[in-house]
Amino acid sequence: MNRIRIRQGQLIDANGDPGKRSDLFVAGGEIVGIGEAPDGFTADRSIDASGCLVLPGLVDLSVHLREPGADHKASIDSESRAAAAGGITRMLASPATDPICDTPAVVELVTRRARQTQCTRVMPAGALTRGLAGELLTEVSALKAAGCVALSDGGRPVRNALVLRRALDYAATCGLPVILSAFDPDLMAGSRMHEGWVSARLGIPGSPVAAETAALARGLALAEESGAHVHFARLSTARGAEILARARRDGLPVSADVAMHQLFLTEMDVSGFNSQCHVVPPLRSHADREALRQAVADGTIQAICSDHQPHDADAKAVPFVASEPGISAVDSLLPLALRLVDEGLLTLPQLAARLCRGPAEVLGLSCGLLEVGRPADLCIVDPEIPWWHGPGTMRSHGENSPFIGWEFSGRARYTLLGGRLIHAAEPAGMKTG
Amino acid sequence: MLNQLNADGSLRHFLTTEGLPRPLLERILDTAESFSGVIGKSVKKVPLLRGRTVINLFFESSTRTRTTFELAAKRLSADVLNINVATSATSKGESLLDMLHNLEAMQSDMFVVRHADSGAAHFIASHVAPEVRVINAGDGSHAHPTQAMLDMYTIRRHKGELEPLRVAIVGDILHSRVARSQIHALNGLGAGEVRVVAPRTLLPKDVENLGVHVHHDIRNGLRDVDVVITLRLQKERMHGALLPSEQEYYRLYGISREHLALAKPDAIVMHPGPINRGVEIESAVADGPQSVILNQVTNGIAVRMAVMSMCLEHKAAETEA
Repeated sequence: MNRIRIRQGQLIDANGDPGKRSDLFVAGGEIVGIGEAPDGFTADRSIDASGCLVLPGLVDLSVHLREPGADHKASIDSESRAAAAGGITRMLASPATDPICDTPAVVELVTRRARQTQCTRVMPAGALTRGLAGELLTEVSALKAAGCVALSDGGRPVRNALVLRRALDYAATCGLPVILSAFDPDLMAGSRMHEGWVSARLGIPGSPVAAETAALARGLALAEESGAHVHFARLSTARGAEILARARRDGLPVSADVAMHQLFLTEMDVSGFNSQCHVVPPLRSHADREALRQAVADGTIQAICSDHQPHDADAKAVPFVASEPGISAVDSLLPLALRLVDEGLLTLPQLAARLCRGPAEVLGLSCGLLEVGRPADLCIVDPEIPWWHGPGTMRSHGENSPFIGWEFSGRARYTLLGGRLIHAAEPAGMKTG
Repeated sequence: MLNQLNADGSLRHFLTTEGLPRPLLERILDTAESFSGVIGKSVKKVPLLRGRTVINLFFESSTRTRTTFELAAKRLSADVLNINVATSATSKGESLLDMLHNLEAMQSDMFVVRHADSGAAHFIASHVAPEVRVINAGDGSHAHPTQAMLDMYTIRRHKGELEPLRVAIVGDILHSRVARSQIHALNGLGAGEVRVVAPRTLLPKDVENLGVHVHHDIRNGLRDVDVVITLRLQKERMHGALLPSEQEYYRLYGISREHLALAKPDAIVMHPGPINRGVEIESAVADGPQSVILNQVTNGIAVRMAVMSMCLEHKAAETEA
């Protein structure tokens, strides 16, 4: 049953007209027709999408799957199922595993485990330096041959600018984009939250805005000379977004993403020592959040990621400063994005740009648009389903989320990867699928 | 955010001085005043907490704070258990929560907690059984509310009401839980002017939002103040590139006789202890007529008695009803 007719959904992509209600035809893993069935098409299966949005599958640029090395927190199996249920069809897995993803063997281990689950496509990011230690180059061409579509510093920025310069040059030689964390490790050292009046009150070491701007300035200076495509991960400040906008106006081949939680939460959410709000880079000021929202709306920031970091309960059941950072976020990525539309920040096509096409472009993937010939990666969303985000509705193995208790509207009813159904939930059985 | 007050506005836990209403702060001081008589008697005990169990849970070493809490609890006739966790269970891999629940199972009524992490006392208060009370005896750089209240008590005893007073806090504000709690208590009690005096490296960003005037030059910072509070300078600050040397710090921010001369002639000098002579304070000042440093230690007992009894009095009413 690889020929599917998706009936009467509202088709939305980055180029799309949000009013269009139409049939979409899938065969051989690709989109083969929109509106009109191609000649001789007979559907093996038909999906009723009336009342639903049909989006390209979401592409998530930042997830930690915890495997190998921290299977007590989550696994590739559990998280790729959760991602599929959240409408995510492809996700870039952080190389910061144990062992570090710096050899073809680890890349193959991850992709093999993901293939066994047959849910969301897991794309391992290769480590930018060996052991993410910031000293020696990895065998980039071998990593690429094993299936890496990008290199990443895995949240551990390269301290030595000369090593970073050479790593960018070498990545450019091999034609892979490089994903850099936008913070200076020394200015970030020891910090647990944004440096500002809330950290002053709470007596928690803060990370200054300069931790981001200094790292961006260095990264941009090196990117300009290397010719590598540099993508800055998880911007957190207004000044950072401003610097990036200027660099893009100057024509540098750079891009950036923001974690979804940065568009909703601020340092104020930490003020009760809520360890669920402990993230890196930290939640910043209200003004930063508003500027990041603006940068997402105007396209300066071209992708929104989940920055998914599932944890076991113990990781957060300690005082704030001792807790492990991160939010389990694949379950809430899509509903929070729909909320941005409800709030009037994004149109539906803009949502599709930031969550589907934008991240796909960073990785050079052909998915992310609803066009004949594109991969049939699809997310069929019923935007009207109300639900509470809680441990009972989370598919991720990690239940660490500051959004627990939030009421959302809209959920993925079907998710398809390359024309194959990787998630299906009937309207009455949304919880179990 | 966890509320440290009961629905009727009385103290449930004592975690921070931030946001406490002025009448409550004043009641703590008045209650301490009433206990100071007890301390002066030959039999230094009142039966207010007879049959109650207080556990001093110290994850960080401390002599003065722990002993004054112990004395305060004993003078209220409570049973006291001291647990020094630095050498205890968590080093055997037991989690903080497991340990708490074990101690709760011993029917304790109150935990007095000292911990190196900011927010630890809030964390513990939000995880204990509803009838258990928590007093923060210092959490990271966040708060040390009983120290701040004993300082307020000391100021009130020597200088009267706080409204007309100018108070300068000198030293490492950035890392000081004492300073944060003092600032909130001083502002809560309506002190005339609160100043912080320190180099930029030892001040938190946006510190003025806490309700203080910022001075980098001690000559302006101490001018015409009624109260000088100096803070302990930890030796490790030199390693984090926060200061060049103890000598330079002393020259710029040490409470010397020369610097103290800028304050009002009857200004008092305070220090939460333990003091580093010749680093943040000159010996002649620490031992001089304007110093009330030892009075602070004595006052610590009455103030801690006040806070402990106030946290448990509501509970007593509940049990009787």
